[in-house]
Amino acid sequence: MPEYVASVGMEVHAELMTRSKMFCRCPVAFGGEPNTRVCPVCLGMPGTLPVPNRRAIEMVLRTALALDCTIAMRSVFHRKNYFYPDLPKGYQVSQYGETNPLGYAGKLEIPASGGGYKRVGIRRVHLEEDTGKLMHLPAGGSGVDFNRAGVPLMEIVTDFPPDITTPDEAKEYLAQLRQILVYLEVCDGKMEEGSMRCEPNISIRPEGSETYGTKTELKNLNSFRSVQLGVQFEVRRQTAVLDHGQRVVQETRGWDENREASFPMRVKEAENDYRYFPDPDLVPMVFDEAYLESLRATLPELPLAKSRRYQEVMGLSAYDAGLLVADRDWAAYFESAVELGGDAKTVCNWMNGDYARYLNESGNTVGSGNVQPKQLVELTKLIEDGTISGKIAKDVFAEMFRTGHDPRTIVQSKGATQISDAGAIGEIVARVVGANPDVVAKYKSGQTSVAGFLIGRVMAESKGRANPQLVRDLVAKALDE
Amino acid sequence: MPISLDEVRHVARLARLDLDEAEMLALQGELNALIGHFTDIQNVNVTGVEPTSHAVNMNNVWAEDEADDPFARDSALRNAPMSRAGLFVVPTIIED
Ligand SMILES: [Zn+2]
Repeated sequence: MPEYVASVGMEVHAELMTRSKMFCRCPVAFGGEPNTRVCPVCLGMPGTLPVPNRRAIEMVLRTALALDCTIAMRSVFHRKNYFYPDLPKGYQVSQYGETNPLGYAGKLEIPASGGGYKRVGIRRVHLEEDTGKLMHLPAGGSGVDFNRAGVPLMEIVTDFPPDITTPDEAKEYLAQLRQILVYLEVCDGKMEEGSMRCEPNISIRPEGSETYGTKTELKNLNSFRSVQLGVQFEVRRQTAVLDHGQRVVQETRGWDENREASFPMRVKEAENDYRYFPDPDLVPMVFDEAYLESLRATLPELPLAKSRRYQEVMGLSAYDAGLLVADRDWAAYFESAVELGGDAKTVCNWMNGDYARYLNESGNTVGSGNVQPKQLVELTKLIEDGTISGKIAKDVFAEMFRTGHDPRTIVQSKGATQISDAGAIGEIVARVVGANPDVVAKYKSGQTSVAGFLIGRVMAESKGRANPQLVRDLVAKALDE
Repeated sequence: MPISLDEVRHVARLARLDLDEAEMLALQGELNALIGHFTDIQNVNVTGVEPTSHAVNMNNVWAEDEADDPFARDSALRNAPMSRAGLFVVPTIIED
């Protein structure tokens, strides 16, 4: 049996976070009563005139810039003609052509499995409109809700031949792309709600072969996990088909989340004859360098660049940096803590440790959290200067998370400051040593490891407040006397 | 003839027009006559004329992203042949 290489093309649709629709001013929202966000324009009534949403165009341009695309200095909308009940006008406004989409010939870098980075070519980033939603009616017929019809939709398609060759890369690509869209504040990236949708196409070919295999396209993937599992499943399925001497059929397959398997889908009659033509109602978009420069200036530092900086300048591990940049607010929190004088590694440990855990448990996000960057830094300083022990600090953090009080206030009210007074600790040490003559005897007979037991007792008696280094010194001194 | 009967049939299907053979033959003639006019246009000398996609000399007509009040649902559904529970109702669509 030959070994096969997989090729995965990714087609991602992202609903833009505008207030109003693409060509009318109906509000954009998720859910709600059907057909309550519709008007003559998005219902495709005769005689209406669409007007494009300026912010939607800017969002796509900013995304295209962030993905290193060439920008079409002149770009038009086309009509893609087909009949389907979720498409009120009988056409979808989209963008056709190789160099007409707002952005084309770009790239996205993803962390490679063997370390380093891998370039994934982007073929096009274009702007179109979403369709309505169809639902089965129990009493027969299908119901149509046009609330989503006309919502600005951005389509991002990878290059052919595809750069992605594994299910992991497919997932990583999607994760990186989602982060960028969220950083740019153009899409909320919620795959479960369908505001970000991914349709990978998958083919395999024998290793060394120049010709690409027949593609299948996957639909209904509504999580990162299902994208990864779906691609994996298709690669295995196609391998089995070829190994049995059969041929892969070009088709669209649905993903069954429960069975974790794909199945052939009956799709809308594929005419593949959309008769694209420039929409006469929508005049061309023309951009100049100064305008694009002003948009470029609004781009934030992107997650991968941030992650690299955290590793190279601040000395964090790739793993830690990855966790910090996964969320823009989280990264911003980290950066302001470091700016306030926090040690990068220490702040990072607190964030990815206790803080992340408490946020997770309480279902809060960093934006709604109680602990300000300044307070976290203050806490790390209290440990650094020996006011409290690391162990006490964890309790203080828990209370700070709960109440939002300053760490210094908490420490004072709890009387939790570290005891660094040799006299006071000496008293406890003397008491503990006196109460454990058998342990002391063991120590004297050469079993020096028992000192740890005594240190533990002293720490416990001080309720964790004794300076650990001082305790160790004083216990050793008492035993060696 | 530049446009075959099969092409007429194909276009009719795309447009969801239910035509009989006689109608298609008639339309084939009409379409070919129409297409004939394009040969006139093709004969025009366009050297030095920039290609365009639109007949009006306008660019960048955009609206600000501000939401307005949508239609009342009753008005939206008023012309629908069938509606139920706030939805437009169409014949069953087979998918997934
Ligand atoms: Zn509308």
